[in-house]
Amino acid sequence: MTKLKVATCSLAGCFGCHMSLLDIDEKLFDLVQAVEFDRSPITDIKHCGPCDIGIVEGGVCNAENVHVLKEFRRNCRILVAIGACAITGGIPAMRNNVDLWDCFQEVYHYGIGLENGQIPNDPELPLPFDKVHPINEVVRIDYFLPGCPPPADAIWKFLTDLAAGREPKLDYDMLHYD
Amino acid sequence: MTKTFRLDGREIPFKEGQTIIEAAAAAGVYIPHLCHHPEFKPHGSCKLCTVNIGGRLGAACTNHAAEGMAVESETEALNADRRALTQMLFVEGNHFCPSCEKSGNCQLQAVAYHLGMMTPHFPHFYPARDIDASHPDVLLERNRCILCELCVRASRDADGKNVFGIGGRGIRARLIVNSASGRLAETNMSVTDRAAEVCPTGAIIRKRHGFTVPIGQRLYDHHDIATQLPLPARRGEGRGEG
Ligand code: SF4
Ligand code: SF4
Ligand code: FES
Repeated sequence: MTKLKVATCSLAGCFGCHMSLLDIDEKLFDLVQAVEFDRSPITDIKHCGPCDIGIVEGGVCNAENVHVLKEFRRNCRILVAIGACAITGGIPAMRNNVDLWDCFQEVYHYGIGLENGQIPNDPELPLPFDKVHPINEVVRIDYFLPGCPPPADAIWKFLTDLAAGREPKLDYDMLHYD
Repeated sequence: MTKTFRLDGREIPFKEGQTIIEAAAAAGVYIPHLCHHPEFKPHGSCKLCTVNIGGRLGAACTNHAAEGMAVESETEALNADRRALTQMLFVEGNHFCPSCEKSGNCQLQAVAYHLGMMTPHFPHFYPARDIDASHPDVLLERNRCILCELCVRASRDADGKNVFGIGGRGIRARLIVNSASGRLAETNMSVTDRAAEVCPTGAIIRKRHGFTVPIGQRLYDHHDIATQLPLPARRGEGRGEG
């Protein structure tokens, strides 16, 4: 049996969705039987090659996020947005009505316990956007799996449906926005 | 003899003067809705309850049941429209469910679950909306307001206070407070008012009640809103809990 190639990444997210994926516990053994991971925090491969399924956690908050997202779209036959942040912008998007400069000031200058804070300004750092956006506002997304994070069982159900070529379908209990 | 009409092929009895949604609810049939509340005058604004009445689309909460009429509600097309309306409500406001006290007990969210909404789909507006935390016991979180006017109706018709109103038009419409400063603290609103618990979303929150019910035990965690009829019987059981 040829294994499915799967790539995953976390953009403006907290890695909670990836943690929830790991939460499928012993089913991880079944997963690695059926799936080979390409680019993913699990493999530490830095760039994504042609894949069957791409799973993107997190919204888009900076220029690098857009590059990674476009790389995923170019390479993945099926692209899945996983979690509240990828789908709505999520918690990071709560800054969308705060001026970006004010955000930086608050975080690096006025935050509790800070002394002589400096706003990072290294050319290596990606350019932050003034607003955080869900990923479907940047590239076409084939499937959405909401939750903050989605429960492990929901991720498992979703992926096994996709792998079997079925339209993914969640039971009521597995559909959550929080 | 009781009068009846047909709803998705099923005979539904009704009393003269009852709306389609009232008669359906009395018969245990759910029609998705948000601005309708059995205790208050119909508002007919969210359009979620739109049904096909003999070939014409109309709101089930404002149209009266009539003898022999044929009404369709559970069709794929109507539910697709309802899903699109719900998606628009999500992108028009700022709905960050993971950080919302109402999550799990929220009717907007529950209707979205019921309709199988996997994504808000449309580009998010991320509008700038004011929060009013001035009142000691009640928080006004306009980011989550869907302008259903239930608080307006409850405050006016049940509490006799007229604390709320809607100001502005179209996309600039917003919930306003009837006080000189426009702040809730300067009204006679009390946390025991009907207006404090009627909000279907997390826009009106009783302070210090957030997150008291653990995830998994909230109103809509395991039970589809369609199975939670009739609504009035559920007062104080989480609906409206902050
Ligand atoms: S009001 Fe409802 S839909 Fe909006 S953020 Fe709160 S739980 Fe989510
Ligand atoms: S605050 Fe709540 S009850 Fe009032 S209009 Fe907004 S959503 Fe409706
Ligand atoms: S419930 Fe009928 S229009 Fe809102």
